[in-house]
Amino acid sequence: MELLAQYLGTEVGRLIVGLIGVMALVAVNALFLIWMERKVSAHMQLRLGPMEVGWHGFIQTVCDALKLMGKELITPEEVDRPVYLLAPIVVFLPVFLVFLVVPFSSSIIIKDMNVGLLLILAFSTIAVLAILMAGWSSNNKYSVLGAIRSVAQNVAYEIPLLITVMSIVLTVGSFRLTDIVAAQTSYWFVLTQPLAFILYIVCATAETNRSPFDLPEAESELVAGFHTEYSGMRFAMFFLAEYTNMFIVSAVASVLFLGGWHGPLLPGLIWFLLKVYAIIFLMMWFRWTFPRVRFDQLISFAWKILIPLSFANLLITALVLKL
Amino acid sequence: MIELDIEEKTYHLNLGPQHPSTHGVLRVLLEMQGEYITKAEPVIGYGHRGHEHMAENRNYHQFLPNMGRVDYLHALAYNQGYCMAVEKLLGITVPERAEYLRVILSEFNRIASHLLWVGAYLLDLGAFTPILYCFDDRENILDLLDRITGSRLTYCFYRFGGVTKDLDDEFIAGSRAFIKRLRGRFKDYDNLVTKNVIFINRARGVGFISKEQCLLYGLTGPMVRGSGIPYDIRKSEPYSAYPAFDFEIPIGDTGDVMDRYLVRLREMGQSLRIIEQALDKLPNGPIMAEKVPKRVKPAESEVYQAVETARGEFGIYIVSQGDVKPYRIKLRVPSFGNLSVLPELAVDTLVADLVAILGSMDVVIPEIDR
Repeated sequence: MELLAQYLGTEVGRLIVGLIGVMALVAVNALFLIWMERKVSAHMQLRLGPMEVGWHGFIQTVCDALKLMGKELITPEEVDRPVYLLAPIVVFLPVFLVFLVVPFSSSIIIKDMNVGLLLILAFSTIAVLAILMAGWSSNNKYSVLGAIRSVAQNVAYEIPLLITVMSIVLTVGSFRLTDIVAAQTSYWFVLTQPLAFILYIVCATAETNRSPFDLPEAESELVAGFHTEYSGMRFAMFFLAEYTNMFIVSAVASVLFLGGWHGPLLPGLIWFLLKVYAIIFLMMWFRWTFPRVRFDQLISFAWKILIPLSFANLLITALVLKL
Repeated sequence: MIELDIEEKTYHLNLGPQHPSTHGVLRVLLEMQGEYITKAEPVIGYGHRGHEHMAENRNYHQFLPNMGRVDYLHALAYNQGYCMAVEKLLGITVPERAEYLRVILSEFNRIASHLLWVGAYLLDLGAFTPILYCFDDRENILDLLDRITGSRLTYCFYRFGGVTKDLDDEFIAGSRAFIKRLRGRFKDYDNLVTKNVIFINRARGVGFISKEQCLLYGLTGPMVRGSGIPYDIRKSEPYSAYPAFDFEIPIGDTGDVMDRYLVRLREMGQSLRIIEQALDKLPNGPIMAEKVPKRVKPAESEVYQAVETARGEFGIYIVSQGDVKPYRIKLRVPSFGNLSVLPELAVDTLVADLVAILGSMDVVIPEIDR
């Protein structure tokens, strides 16, 4: 027992406990978010959503996950096998790693790195690769189209996202997420950087391939986009990654703009999660009320509006800091 | 400069027959260059049931239920067209009250069809929520029609010489309540959909149809009205009780997808006006003509009758050779003509635009395949 405690105290022990915690969080969070999405969409659409299994269908998604696990994994004949099989893992791994640096409260953080923010941005880019792999290897025209769209879209939206984030980094002078939160003790950055917040939310929605920017999987055009040929748990991996991605971009938003774990009365963790889920709710709200933009409009929106705006925001921030 | 050995090729993409936005078993064979379409070719016939041939093998009464299954979304207009054609053959005059009833029910059915279109169209454009609101409104209509006709989709209610059942007070009260409710709902549709920037960007300037194209391809219904031609059978060749009502034919000005959307939206308002007037002026009297022969055996003659369905002009041509069965029935369906313009509109557009254009045509595939 003593040995275990000693072991847990070390860095390695902390990592192991952290990873187990993250695994649990990812699974529970995704199940909760899917339930939440179904409920949110249902109530926006004059429906009730899942009601049968558990309280207000709370256990419905657990049952769905079990069902998906029991499904046959179909591998179409003409696919590029190694790439096809690897894609669901590649999409999920970076999402998982990013949790290393997310500060849930002043004490709950697995590894407080000085390049935390950079790590998140770098890792979340890998998801594009996975989508391209999935689309290309599926040997399906709809999948390829979805994958091509996804790459163009993610490259276009990564730039304004990075530049927007830079304006916060400039103000704080650190990439460390805990530093950024600590800098917001008196006021939240959303008050000083409202434009950056809006830009970030728009880019984040596009980054996570959520409606109105859900072109890679636009089902009225591309059936199911890049994951058309995936079934069972492999499909579930893409699904899981999408919802975990939502959690991550929302967590970053709450750290950068909404003061992370800061808040009166309630403990830090609760505040953090409240803010995260509030942003996720906002993204769900977008999805169930907006039509989808067209592909060329999406790209020109990024290059002609978002990037100049984010540059202007960065320049103004720099100027104000200098004065 | 690096010379890349790249071969540029067009490729084929099968949009359908099983695809979320072809609304039935339509297949569009696309030749694509990247995301741009170089050629589009609709492949039809997957739902062919041979209605026209069926008509030759059964008597006039037996063919009546088929009419509810050609265009399942505006079945009552088809009922009406067929009944009117046979009445013309037999020389029956339909009592006024029956004509009013037909107008009321057909207009309700038209609104139901348009509501379904609005929802499905926005679904094509990636907005999920509106279809459930449209279905909520449509449900009210179906309940009302169910009360009188006994069915909710494939109606078979009109008879040669009149209708089968009279309206009751509950239907009239329910109709008035619904008219009020839907008028309130239009404001929501306007605010949430018509004024949405993303929707405007998707629908404006896409899928232009010129007036010349309308005439060349024989387009009818909202497709021509969107291009600014006020052609509506209800006005241009008035039938049934329509001359008695005051209503307008909404037209668009440019002929793009947005105009067709607006035309359909405003048409629903006009249909409400017609229903309201019809309920106010509803005459008393019989709902069935007195001298309708039990055995329909018209003399040797030919007859054509056109009615305005939610999709355009439905024409029925009956050739009788003095038998109990029609010698030949030809159905002129609006969707067939409307779809024929697709290959011309689709060239050099994106897949997303093709979906928007195809959606704006409001095709009903069983109607095309017949």
